[in-house]
Amino acid sequence: MSETTAPSMIKVIAFQLMDKEYAFPVHQVRSIEKLMHITRVPGTVPFIKGVINLRGVVTPIIDLRKRFSLPEEEYDEQTRIIIAASSDIEVGLVVDGANDVLDIPNSIIEPQPDIVGSVEAEYITGVAKLEKRLLILLNLERVFK
Amino acid sequence: MEVNQYLEVFIDESKDHLQAVNENLLLLEKNPEDLTIVNEIFRSAHTLKGMSATMGYEDLANLTHKMENVLDAIRNHKLQVTADILDVVFASIDDLEAMVHDIAAGGNGKRDVSVIVDRLLKIENGETGNSADVPEQADSVPSVGPSYHAEYDEFERTVIQQSKEQGFTCYEIGVELRSDCVLKAARVFMVFEVLEKSGEVIKSTPSTEQLEEEQFDDRFVVTLITQELAEDIVSKVKKVSEVEHAIISEVSLKPLNKEEELVEKRETAAALAEEEVTLYEKAEATEEPKQSKQQAVSNKTIRVNIERLDILMNLFEELVIDRGRLEQISGELNNPELNETVERMSRISGDLQTIILNMRMVPVETVFNRFPRMVRQLARDLNKKINLDIVGAETEIDRTVIDEIGDPLVHLIRNAIDHGIEMPAERKAKGKPEEGTVKLKAYHSGNHVFIEIEDDGVGINKEKVLNKALSKGIVTEDQAAAMSDNQIYELILASGFSTADTISDISGRGVGLDVVKTTIESLGGSISIEAAEGSGSVFLIQLPLTLSIISVMLVEVEKEKYAVPLSSIIETAIVKKQDVLNAHTQQVIDFRGKIVPLVFLEQVFEVPKENKEEDFYSIVIVRKGDKMAGLVVDSFIGQQEVVLKSLGNYLSNVFAISGATILGDGQVALIVDCNALIK
Repeated sequence: MSETTAPSMIKVIAFQLMDKEYAFPVHQVRSIEKLMHITRVPGTVPFIKGVINLRGVVTPIIDLRKRFSLPEEEYDEQTRIIIAASSDIEVGLVVDGANDVLDIPNSIIEPQPDIVGSVEAEYITGVAKLEKRLLILLNLERVFK
Repeated sequence: MEVNQYLEVFIDESKDHLQAVNENLLLLEKNPEDLTIVNEIFRSAHTLKGMSATMGYEDLANLTHKMENVLDAIRNHKLQVTADILDVVFASIDDLEAMVHDIAAGGNGKRDVSVIVDRLLKIENGETGNSADVPEQADSVPSVGPSYHAEYDEFERTVIQQSKEQGFTCYEIGVELRSDCVLKAARVFMVFEVLEKSGEVIKSTPSTEQLEEEQFDDRFVVTLITQELAEDIVSKVKKVSEVEHAIISEVSLKPLNKEEELVEKRETAAALAEEEVTLYEKAEATEEPKQSKQQAVSNKTIRVNIERLDILMNLFEELVIDRGRLEQISGELNNPELNETVERMSRISGDLQTIILNMRMVPVETVFNRFPRMVRQLARDLNKKINLDIVGAETEIDRTVIDEIGDPLVHLIRNAIDHGIEMPAERKAKGKPEEGTVKLKAYHSGNHVFIEIEDDGVGINKEKVLNKALSKGIVTEDQAAAMSDNQIYELILASGFSTADTISDISGRGVGLDVVKTTIESLGGSISIEAAEGSGSVFLIQLPLTLSIISVMLVEVEKEKYAVPLSSIIETAIVKKQDVLNAHTQQVIDFRGKIVPLVFLEQVFEVPKENKEEDFYSIVIVRKGDKMAGLVVDSFIGQQEVVLKSLGNYLSNVFAISGATILGDGQVALIVDCNALIK
């Protein structure tokens, strides 16, 4: 992740999922979309919600709650789809809400504690404590797998 | 005036010429005595040499030049056409192709050609050492030239010499531009254009490249071979604006000073001399018809970058989506005027679609034309005698299909040659001609293109196939007993199958034919086999004309919409529930006397169930080859032209879904892959 960030700071997008805040580097974000019609694709893993028409491009959608085995909830006004890209894959992530873009100093990123909520540790690159907020940093390649 | 802007043209034309050389070489191999073919090859090679030299690709020019020398020796009966010589020439063509590809890929076209050049030289020298009978250089006339004059090398001197003998006159035209001339390169171009109408420009000092880059003061010298009068030429040149002076003088050749150089160069120059003579003879003979032909062609076609066509296609796809949307809205509003306009627009965009799709059509020739070489090589490697017969190379298919079809065809042809055609002796013993025939045939039929690969070899041994399939567990005894001949033949397309007793490196690793089948099916096509043991086999490939816009039938399953390609639909039917029969665990219907198994899309696609059961089933009867199935859906929405989109890298290999499309309302609908649903 260091290759695209300034030596000391990292710019991330923070979003809400249940009561926790997650983040990944902002350079991996293509756009943030409001909820739109998702076409279910049969025969795929459960966390793949389906595909959407993103301005003429058929884009797959991952439900992050399902991906992280969190309890499901009805989508509401706050629900957002963050279109994220990693290598040659573009995928939309359904999140409870997109919060803001933050600069966090590399120095405050700590390795993940042994247990962070119910999310399995494999997609987590670290945690950052910023004032009163605790951001969980995600590794998108692992999330997509 | 940059060289770059000609690069594309150069690459295209080089490829054309190389292809022409390839084809003619193959012809030559069959008719080694036919010197007109050699002349054809020569002409292509010569043009290629000229172009590459102009573009500054020295290796390319060098190799072509050496190749020309060999061809020249053939043409002058100094060499006999033998397979060995052709091998070397083919190898040099391979090198040339590699260089052109390199250039096309942005490289500099450099390549180590010394080995092949050596081989060419050896061939050439092996029997062409004697060049004494070739006319000697230049009995010179004292020079009376003005201050403008050009230096000529051996090659050019010979050209001049020969043209004089043919009744042409060679002039040096010194042109001086006005010192305040701004667009010097443009004026130079105009002067050249004028001169080229009068004759053949063989040289300019400074060189053309330098002139184009305006690397000269105000004057330059052009050497022209023509039959026109000197005064006429001068007055024509002077008509070009901003030309200050034009001085014309007849070229006179001084003998070269350095004796050594002369000796050194004599051999090649001599060869060149002869080549030029014949070239000029030919030029004279063919100039008229050739020019008129070129004009006719240039009026009718232009070269368009394929990327632009792709962009056009993409834009049109967007339009198709909006057209769908408009049709939907007008249907809902039911306003007569709107309906009329939308209908008109649909018709027009339909025509537009035909035109755009046609523009993207490419003759299968572009794929077929590499096969003769391949077949020749294979035949030599395997010591078989094979004649490749190509029919319908002009048949056109969409470029997207063309790109994909090459490899499967290569495989099938290799297969036919390796496993199909027997050794000559064996064929003789069977009373067949020694030379085996592989026939490649392409033709249109309806919305499809068919490609047939037919050989007159051993055919397919049914027993052998069956036994093998049984031993490999591809079919069971029971299944085998019920299979038709064609079904048995098609087993060789199953994965893990290879009938050749010994594995050769040509084909027969057992991974081939099933890949062929998968590729063709992924293109929305199908492949079938007909064979007769002992007298050959036919592989028949059916392909859609285009992959980008297809006609589908939209159906609804619960709340979800799916698109079924019209090409695989036979018809739709509504069947009463009590008419559905149970054949063991499978539900079937009796459809026009045939038993058709039912596939419940809501089960296959695990559609969330909401509606209660109805008394009728809506069924889309689809087929794959001879087999049929009835897809049970909730309702039919209608027929529509849609743009095929892929699901992307992330969602590859979704079962029974071949892609997606965007409907008029902006939603994504999935396209059902009927081939996967019929086993």
